[in-house]
Amino acid sequence: MKQYQLSTSEKKFVGSHILVAVLALAVGSLFGPLQAFEHAGWDFYPYLRPFIKSYYQGLTVHGVLNALVWTTFFIMGFLTFNVIFALKRPLKNPTLNKVGFWLMVVGVVAAAIPILANEATVLFTFYPPLKANWAFYVGLTLVVVGSWVEGWGLFMTYAGWRKENPNERSPFVAFASVLTALLWQICTLGVAVEILTMLLPWSLGLLEGVDPQLARTYFWFTGHPLVYFWLLPAYISWYAMLPKQAGNGKMFSDSLARLSFWLFLVLSTPLGFHHQYVDPGVPPVWKFIHSMLTFSVFFPSMMTAFTVVASLEHAGRKNGGKGALAWIGKLNWSDPSVAAQLLAGILFFFGGIGGLANASYNVNLVLHNTAFIPGHFHLTVATAVTLSFMGISYWLVPYLTGRKLWQPKWAVIQTWTWFVGMIIFSNAMHIIGLLGAPRRVPLGLAPYVPAEWNSRLFQVGVGGAILFLSGAIYLLVMLKTALNKEMVKEEVEVPMAESMQDPALSPDWLDRWAPWIYGSIALIVVVYGPQLIEQIANIALTSPGFRVW
Amino acid sequence: MHIDSYERNWMIFSIVMLILFATAVSVAAFGMGIQVPAPEQRVDPKTVATDPNSPWSNPGLREVEPGKYDAYILARAVPSWEYLPKEMTVPAGSRVSFYVTSADVQHGFKIQDTNANFQVVPGQVSKLTITFDKPGTYNFICTEYCGSGHGVMYGSIIVTP
Repeated sequence: MKQYQLSTSEKKFVGSHILVAVLALAVGSLFGPLQAFEHAGWDFYPYLRPFIKSYYQGLTVHGVLNALVWTTFFIMGFLTFNVIFALKRPLKNPTLNKVGFWLMVVGVVAAAIPILANEATVLFTFYPPLKANWAFYVGLTLVVVGSWVEGWGLFMTYAGWRKENPNERSPFVAFASVLTALLWQICTLGVAVEILTMLLPWSLGLLEGVDPQLARTYFWFTGHPLVYFWLLPAYISWYAMLPKQAGNGKMFSDSLARLSFWLFLVLSTPLGFHHQYVDPGVPPVWKFIHSMLTFSVFFPSMMTAFTVVASLEHAGRKNGGKGALAWIGKLNWSDPSVAAQLLAGILFFFGGIGGLANASYNVNLVLHNTAFIPGHFHLTVATAVTLSFMGISYWLVPYLTGRKLWQPKWAVIQTWTWFVGMIIFSNAMHIIGLLGAPRRVPLGLAPYVPAEWNSRLFQVGVGGAILFLSGAIYLLVMLKTALNKEMVKEEVEVPMAESMQDPALSPDWLDRWAPWIYGSIALIVVVYGPQLIEQIANIALTSPGFRVW
Repeated sequence: MHIDSYERNWMIFSIVMLILFATAVSVAAFGMGIQVPAPEQRVDPKTVATDPNSPWSNPGLREVEPGKYDAYILARAVPSWEYLPKEMTVPAGSRVSFYVTSADVQHGFKIQDTNANFQVVPGQVSKLTITFDKPGTYNFICTEYCGSGHGVMYGSIIVTP
């Protein structure tokens, strides 16, 4: 077996990302079930008082560590690996990438201190005028800037490869990884402006007040493409790695895979107002335009569904699968990495449907800020993304460390318990949300909870318990693997599915960056520009800060 | 560019679905008038609850014509998490326009079993109009995290027969 070799220091560098990510997930996931248990009436928070003051401090830890830290570190590590491995060349400037990584680490520590001191119990959306300690905003800024710097390192590496290979088609995995890093650079401008022009100077006492409506607009400029920053790395694996793992299958269509990634780049930022349908300060016409664009990003998702399923079918038939659907059983379900990603994909189908409901302009009136929303994003970011990343780690960690995956059977059990726990949890959350239960509320204590929610609240707790178990198994497998004395004989084979058609036949316009980048910027200017200008021109820095937790 | 015929059909199917969804939402919005909040008015959150010229210095229900009401509601986390007024009574068939603003942090406002649901943002006034046909008690609850008392923040509209 001959595959491109990463150097030991490169493996260590990618591995440090995964280590920080898994540590964040370990702490963050401790608090997820505590929220669920509270809903079911088993409130453990009073016992945690010496360390964690409230439900909301726990919820902040859960949201920040799981949604922001676990994802960002895992993604930057995975993208870095993909770029090096797929381009078959080292990073152009490894020091730059290291600087980026350490900026992110310092940022996490800076944000963690006020969170743990109960000085930043503002949840992961940190809507002003809730005012956290300044270190929280500095920390978030450093995480974002660090991820930018790492992204620049990837762009330089790609440019270096392009210079050496001017006429070659870019390898899909490297192309898609660089595109994901680029999407992140564009969309995080919103939250960067929010923090640097308002929240940070305000928390340092340099500004008397903030404009909470404008802050929301900045935040959601970043907030929805953030979802695609989470999802695209999972898509990269589903498109180009999973078919290989599931049964030596090939990627169905290289050109359409590229087209759908380009559409994600162009379409995922100019639609942020769909998170602000019920905001008082945004005119309905812009909300409506953004709702139509939100529907349009459904199109590349449908293309992804087709290509991924067709590639998996190819794998299943290669394994001897027959019939319209029976090939599904012939996929390598005993491989925990495969099981994790297949189960993640199944739940993502339902997450996608729920997302369409959220996106539907006025339908959102019955869903906005109800328990339906966390129900939805636990299918998407907490399953489609997180369970896929867990699946990736089941081959990536043995590859990076040279140590055998500890007890693959336990890893398979982990994937199924996550799947089952999430179905129970998420189904109940969707239903109570439709009945009117608000999100972000300790429903065990809320005075307005009708009796008809109780059985569902119990299911939320049961789902949380199963997920807790599953998370614990994941950490055990990771820990035992990292310490495993049994080494992998040769290097773990990196799963890379070839394309059915020669990528060289994909049209050239799918491998050119400039037109797509100009297109994305133009679309953002058209559908965000007028409102940004209006809201900034009418800025009212009238809201002083509050610390009401 | 080569596109497999199954995939081509799937793409056409996806586009048709999208057009259907967009049409359904548009008909509901523009044909049936199920609309989302629009910019109403801007206020100074520091004085909105105290300025005698501000309707929120004396929040409550005002009958503007028979069967039609304006409800001025102040949401606040300080000193304790509450809506002012906490309770309002209207007869069945009343059409009520809600004007809600915040004296401090962001809040939410969702009237259970209705389409009224919006964000309450300091400095802005959120408005939606609802007709209450069925008698009963309708709780309105806070749907945005507003500090440690968020979970107890609610009020009610009593619709009498």
